[in-house]
Amino acid sequence: MNPAELSISQLRAAYQSGDLNPADAINSLTEAIVAKDDAIGGYLSYDTETALAEAAAADISLPLGGVPIAIKDLINVKGHPASCASKILDGKYTAPYDATVIRKLREAGAIPFGRANMDEFAMGSSNENSGIKPCKNPHDLNRIPGGSSGGSAAVVAANTAIAALGSDTGGSIRQPASHCGVVGLKPTYGRVSRYGLVAFASSLDQIGPLTKSVEDAALLLEVIAGSDAKDSTCLDEPVPKYSEFVGQDIKGLKVGLPKEYFAEGLHPLVKERVEKAIQYLESQGAETVEISLPNTEHAVATYYIIATAEASANLARFDGVRYGHRTSESPQDPEDNKLIYHYKHSRAEGFGDEVKRRILLGTYVLSSGYADEYYKRAQKVRTLIRDDFSNAFEQVDVIASPVAPTPAFKVGEKSTDPLAMYLADIYTISTNLAGICGISVPCGTVSEDGSDLPVGLQLLGKPLGEADILKVGAVVEAGQKS
Amino acid sequence: MPKDDYIATIGLEVHVQLKTNSKMFCGCAVKFGAEPNTLTCPTCLGLPGALPVLNGGAIERTILVGQMLNCTTPEIVKWDRKSYFYPDMPKNYQISQFDLPLCVGGGVPLYDLAYPKEAQKNIANPGKSVELTRIHLEEDVAKSTHHSDFTTIDFNRAGTPLMEIVTEPDIDSADEAAAFLGSLRQILIYSGVSDADMEKGQMRCDVNISVRKKGTDELGTKIELKNLNSVSSVRKGIVCEIDRQIGVIDSGDKIIQATWRWNDELGITTLMRTKENADDYRYLPDPDLLPVRTANLVAKVQAILPELPHQKVARFEEDFQITHYDASVLASDGALADFYETAAKGAKSPKKVANWVINNLLGELKERELEIGDCPIAAEKIGSLLDLVEGGTISNNQAKEVFVELFESPDSEPAEIAKAKGFEPADSSEVDGFIDQAIAANPGPAGEVAEGNDKAANFLTGQVMKLSRGKANPKQVTEAILAKLRA
Ligand SMILES: [Zn+2]
Repeated sequence: MNPAELSISQLRAAYQSGDLNPADAINSLTEAIVAKDDAIGGYLSYDTETALAEAAAADISLPLGGVPIAIKDLINVKGHPASCASKILDGKYTAPYDATVIRKLREAGAIPFGRANMDEFAMGSSNENSGIKPCKNPHDLNRIPGGSSGGSAAVVAANTAIAALGSDTGGSIRQPASHCGVVGLKPTYGRVSRYGLVAFASSLDQIGPLTKSVEDAALLLEVIAGSDAKDSTCLDEPVPKYSEFVGQDIKGLKVGLPKEYFAEGLHPLVKERVEKAIQYLESQGAETVEISLPNTEHAVATYYIIATAEASANLARFDGVRYGHRTSESPQDPEDNKLIYHYKHSRAEGFGDEVKRRILLGTYVLSSGYADEYYKRAQKVRTLIRDDFSNAFEQVDVIASPVAPTPAFKVGEKSTDPLAMYLADIYTISTNLAGICGISVPCGTVSEDGSDLPVGLQLLGKPLGEADILKVGAVVEAGQKS
Repeated sequence: MPKDDYIATIGLEVHVQLKTNSKMFCGCAVKFGAEPNTLTCPTCLGLPGALPVLNGGAIERTILVGQMLNCTTPEIVKWDRKSYFYPDMPKNYQISQFDLPLCVGGGVPLYDLAYPKEAQKNIANPGKSVELTRIHLEEDVAKSTHHSDFTTIDFNRAGTPLMEIVTEPDIDSADEAAAFLGSLRQILIYSGVSDADMEKGQMRCDVNISVRKKGTDELGTKIELKNLNSVSSVRKGIVCEIDRQIGVIDSGDKIIQATWRWNDELGITTLMRTKENADDYRYLPDPDLLPVRTANLVAKVQAILPELPHQKVARFEEDFQITHYDASVLASDGALADFYETAAKGAKSPKKVANWVINNLLGELKERELEIGDCPIAAEKIGSLLDLVEGGTISNNQAKEVFVELFESPDSEPAEIAKAKGFEPADSSEVDGFIDQAIAANPGPAGEVAEGNDKAANFLTGQVMKLSRGKANPKQVTEAILAKLRA
């Protein structure tokens, strides 16, 4: 038995039976990382020594006792680096506190192990925007793993992690999960505390699990979900035992199929895999209904105004004054304001192109004279998009769709065309604007250039409807095995 | 053109530190004088990933001030990010309130005694109330200290609750600005929300000033004046800036919209920056904080709304039959007002108590360098001391001696001290004898009394007081003399 290849539930069982102990898991993962990660680039750093010390002290009777979890590099773990895959923090910032999700993981006995690669500050859909190093798709090293949680998805897919935490602002968990063939769940906005998650777009960000099975996603979610006095946007709602919904039948459940999500632009083979999974759901007693999400066409524009506006303020703190990259240049012209010079140069040297692009866009849409035209209007459209989903969920229990229009594309294929990259997020972005939950579950592969590229089915649920999408997701997963 | 031909228009922006236990958006303690950077956490240091959580106490206190000043509180209020880069603000945005502040409108009544002493006799707009635009709640920035070639920052102050009170351009002179700050401070102290001491930085003030020629309606170009660290620098700064602006206009030049800085040492204003490089704050509703519904908070605050100074003055005049001036002096300080009220309640002559508190007690406290709050004598004892005078048990002069003694042994009762000192009302037959003695010894004055001369009666009373060695009650003696001679 190779512990690195196990899921959370399998590893837990092996601990209980005495076949394995937590140190075995850490050692096995370390070996796997050494063997594979140079080629994949899923990790920015990992610390076997600390993890082994925690493994030695682990209480395996706890829900996640002794289970190592890889953490996306923008979630603070006390004493670990937190670079957000940006040169502005890389090697210059160590988290001085635990994020709430990390506190909850620790209370459940888990061991945070390894810092997963990502697009810089979670801005990107391919992981090509990592400021440290690129991450590749383990199914085809010439292809992107998706993003922004590309590292989190890749390490789970490559069996260099048992499971991982990522964050999803516009699809950043679901899309890489789909491209890498793992399960990825984006919880309802407020289901999981954001305290300690370095913010990209605060009104859209959510932390969620990337796992080898739907059951694992449920196990992780039931640990990290729940209210938090440190995050006022976190919902004070009871946390169901999500894992109990895995394996329940779906007879009579209504599944909505948004016609806008099956329209042109969708790769025919991706469409076919998704439709096949939906047919399987029907065979298990679900009823499908065509629905409409009429404001879908406005989602990308709305998203890029709101997300960049929030990002421009969120990222203002990276100025090299107290931590992070600080320019070594100083003004030549004595007339130059030293402080302004410091800000300009430290930030220009530290941030990558995509981050700069989004900060500029966000700054522009909030500038006096433009805020009404862009930001306020985008907020109104956001309400319309939210209404689309409220209306849809009056008719159906869950919504099924593709995650991304194509399988993982080749490295470099879209990196010169930011707009094409933005448009590829069309099926995932509205979820975050509406604040609802979504999951990507593997539903087959598409063969391209000799590689079998995974395809995911997206299931969207009502606000706090995680139990529904996990239940349906588990049926999809079972259908793949049958 | 002479100065009198110009009208000045002044508006103030006043920042007030709230007396809360913890900061505005985190649990760190609010304390003055702690070791630098010891009262901090990820939130007030603006570390990546940290989030703000609202301090409900600070919100209630601000609404309380708003209700005291007749402001309205919108049903829903929210917080916004105000973006600008500066090292004293670790997020490079300040969490403030933009379009839905906690309080809107309202006004601050200007109290006569809040005007500078020399201006009190000649108040241009008696009874004026300065209109407010709004009051909002935001986080304070860290404290920068500039050294020779570097700057240090103390984040203990970063994130402490700061209330910003913005007036309409409704102030006409430096004296009114001073009266505004004095009256506002009095009200803030009454509310218990802040000590509002400018010298301690608990209250800070920026001023907007413009001047225009009399007879014109259009306001002149506005200048913002900063670095005003005391009420006296606010006054001096405004006078100086008005003079400067009049000088510019008189010489045919134009005022350019800009921020000027008051230099207290040199007594001049200097240019800080012109409007061209003014900031665009790019306000953004803070997505980390939910909007707040205020109805319950307003109701809660309404139930504990304290009396305002001018309301107290009116009540004292009515309940205790004291003069407006005396009531104003007593109400100028909440602790003093409370002391007086306790002393006067149930006293035979609240008016006498008022005189005593103002003329004797305050002087004695000043001599001993004590605040009213530190007065060793319980207020009730001042009441009973003056009851002894009013009831004829002791004379006014004897009361003074008892009063001094009370400072030394504040646990004793005034009556006990009076007794120990032998200040008992003289035996009435004994006093009768003294009266007869005095009349017999002073036939002249006695005759004048009989003819209706009151001064002569006072003279005879004095004689009786001497004979009784001060024990007799002068009022009763005078009455007895009149009864005997005018019967
Ligand atoms: Zn703090």
